[in-house]
Order: sequence, then C-alpha cells, then structure tokens
Amino acid sequence: MSVKARSAAAQAWRVARLVAVKDLRVEWRSRVVLNQVLPFAAVVMVMFAFALDNTDLLTRVAPGLVWMATIFSLQVLVQRSFAIETADGALDALQVAGVRPGGVFLGKSLALAAELAVLEVVLLGAAIVLYRTDVPAGRLGLLAATYLAATCGLAFVGTLYGGLAAGAKGRETLLPLLMLPVVAPVLIGATRATEAAFGTNDATTGDGWPWLGLLALFAAVFGTAGTLGFGSLIDE
Amino acid sequence: MNTTAPTAATDNASNASAAAPVRDKRPTSTRFTQVLGVIVLAGFAWLVVFGLLLSPDDSEQRSLVRIMYVHVPSAWLAYLAFVVTGVASAAYLWRRSRNLQWDRLAGASAEVGILFMAITLVTGSLWGRPTWGTYWTWDSRLTTTAFLFVTYIGYLAVRGLGGSHHQRARRSAVMALLAVLEVPLVHFSVRWWRPLHQGQTVEAQKIDGLMLFSLFVGLVAFTLLYVWLVLHRMRVALLDDEVDDRGLDAALAARRAEG
Repeated sequence: MSVKARSAAAQAWRVARLVAVKDLRVEWRSRVVLNQVLPFAAVVMVMFAFALDNTDLLTRVAPGLVWMATIFSLQVLVQRSFAIETADGALDALQVAGVRPGGVFLGKSLALAAELAVLEVVLLGAAIVLYRTDVPAGRLGLLAATYLAATCGLAFVGTLYGGLAAGAKGRETLLPLLMLPVVAPVLIGATRATEAAFGTNDATTGDGWPWLGLLALFAAVFGTAGTLGFGSLIDE
Repeated sequence: MNTTAPTAATDNASNASAAAPVRDKRPTSTRFTQVLGVIVLAGFAWLVVFGLLLSPDDSEQRSLVRIMYVHVPSAWLAYLAFVVTGVASAAYLWRRSRNLQWDRLAGASAEVGILFMAITLVTGSLWGRPTWGTYWTWDSRLTTTAFLFVTYIGYLAVRGLGGSHHQRARRSAVMALLAVLEVPLVHFSVRWWRPLHQGQTVEAQKIDGLMLFSLFVGLVAFTLLYVWLVLHRMRVALLDDEVDDRGLDAALAARRAEG
C-alpha cells in the first residue's frame, strides 16, 4: 500500500514537473507575461500614485499597494495560464490520457508561482523607486519568507479557480468574483508581514511572524485542497 | 429572487411539454408545504405582534431595538443555510449514488442563505446608522459576513455555468467545500486585523425576558420560512432539470423527424 502510494506521489510529481516546464517554456517563447503583464503591473503602481497624490501617504501604504497590484496581475496571469490549456482542448486531452489531475494542479501552480515571483520582484523595485520604500537588510529574511508563503498561496488559489473558470468556456468574467474574496486573507496577511519587513508605521519584525504563519497555513490548506479537488473541477 | 423563478420554470415546462408528448402540470406545493406556508404566515403575524407591540422599548436604543427581531434571526438562518449547503455538498460528493437531490438542496439553501444574509446586512446598516452613527464599521464580524455574502454569490454564479447536471453538481459541491475552507481563514485574518468588536448580547444574558421571547418567536418564524422556501426552490430546481432533459429529447426527436 505504502509502496503504491509512494509511486503514485512520484508519478504526480513527475507530471507536475513536466507541466511546469511546459508552461514556462510556452511563456519563454511567447513572452506574454514579460511584454503584457509586467507593464500592466507597473502601470497599476503608477496609477495608485495618481490616485493617492501624497508621497508620505504612498510610503505608508506601499506594502498594501504592492500586494494589491500583485493580486490584480494574478487575475491576468491565471487567465493566461488557462488560455493556453483551453485553446486546443489541452486540458481535456490530459484528462483523456489519464494524467493525474493533482499533478497537473501542482505543475500549473509551480509555473504560476515562478511567474508571480518575477512580477513581485519588479513590483518591489517599483515600490522602492516610486514610493520611497526602505528595505532594511536585517529584515530580508522575513520579507523573503513572506513572499514565498504568499506566492504559494496565491498560485494555488489562482490555479484552483482558474481551472474552474476554464471548464466553462467564455465565462472568464467570473474569475475575479470567485478569486478576490478567497485571497483576502493573503492580502491582509502579506500586507501586515511586509509592513513589518519594511518597518512601515514603526512595525517590528515581531509583528510580522504571526502573519507569516497565517500565510503558510493558507498555502497549505489550498495546496492540499487543490491537489485533491482539481480533478472534480476540470472534469468535463 | 424567489418570486420570478417559479413562473419562469413553469413557462418553460409548458413549452417543453408542448413539444414532447407528455403533459405534466405538477405544482411545486404539496399538502405539507401548504400547511407549512400557513404556519409561516401565522408565525410572522405572531412576530409582528410580539416584536412591534408587546415587547418593551430598550432603555437606550428605544424602538430601534425592534430591528433585532429581524436582524438576529436572519443572521442565524443565513449561517444555518450555508452550513446546510456545505453538508449537502459533502453528501453529494461522498455518496456513491451521486444523488442530485443533495445538489439541489445545496443550491436551494445557498440561494435562501444569500437572501437572509442580504436582509441581515441591510437591517444591520439601518440599525447601525442611528446607533453607531455609521452604516458600516470595519468590525471583524461585519467584514466576514460581507465576504460570506460575496462568496456565495460566486457559488451561485458557478451553479449557473452550464454543462450536465452532474457536472454542475460536482463543480459546485467542490466550490461549496472550498468556501467552507475559506470562511474560517477570512474570519481569523479579519479578526486579527481588527480585534475590536461588539459583544454578543444573547450570550451576555443582559436581555429582557419579553425581548428574548420575541427574538425566539422571530427565530422560529424565520426557520419555518427557510424550510418552506428551500422545499419550493428544490422542487423548482428539479423541474428545471427535467425541462433541460426534456428539451434535449424534444430537440433530438425534432431533428430525427426532419429526416
């Protein structure tokens, strides 16, 4: 039994690696994220500055704005991630071929997380340049851990709900409605933890660690749920 | 929300049965729901008498306290409705038989739950404006409730995505279970974010006896209304599904007749 379970896990992991490499290769060749999503995220950062029109205020709310821009971009990234699957019925083909949906879920999440990570680094740079954010070197550990946990959580939720919306063709408008309420804990948690890492509003690193725990819990919950439930969502 | 749907469904049913040979004019009421409906009406009349006439004014809030007899029962019922949706969705997924009645129960309960949650939010805002001086505060319970409301609107949208009945059922059951995961996470994150909130009045035992009784009357009346609405919505959903099936059969028959 345990040998069987282990080989199933190994198989799912192999599928996940193949799917992730495939997604990243598609991106490497098409450059959609690089040429469209990254500029979009940058424009959102500039628009926030227009809306708030106050440099001190911008510095104070920078962590929240960075994560808002990330979540907006996530919507676009997820739609792109599943557009390449539904275009030629690729997802259906994988199903028919008997590929484990859990593996597909992990693979797509992995690729999405990698794209998100690049995007987040760019947004962090934009915050430093545009919003005069300081990143104290001593708090880089907290910042990195926060980014890791939040990115995993966002990628899992994005893949889960993206798969659901992909099953229903032409209903992409549904994705933001479904996804935004679910990622609210990530927005709250990541913003508070990032404030602690930036030292915004005199937050200390001690304020940040509990929020990091929440982010990790969120990622674990939705990672597990996605691996188990993805098959039911994309099944046609 | 609930008044237009039954007529639309019966219209479709008569259209479909005109095409198909079978005529079927089942109402969505049975003797049981008719009796239940009368009891619900009596319950609400009772609630009006107790809530508006017999129960005393609050020492601080005056007559404003009466909104509680609608607000609190509808909030409890909304939570109950969402619990029923979660349980019915799990039952659908776990059962080998994959009975669609569980799916219809989940959907009907979510619809009614959204209705009660809307009543909760509106009455709460109306009460909050004169009492707290604002329609809305970023209190943890209010914020969680608003998220719950949006989440189940999304759930209903997923139910409307189309596909076969079992496809809809499986997809929405997974959605409902995801909502069960999401709600505690949202609740605790919002609570951490804004720790201050109103204490619960009922648990604190500060409440006048007649007020408590009026609240109890409201709870009973709303619970019966919930059962009545859910039964009707489930039957309408069943008819809707049958119309879908029959419409497909009729279209196939018409195609064959064309030769």
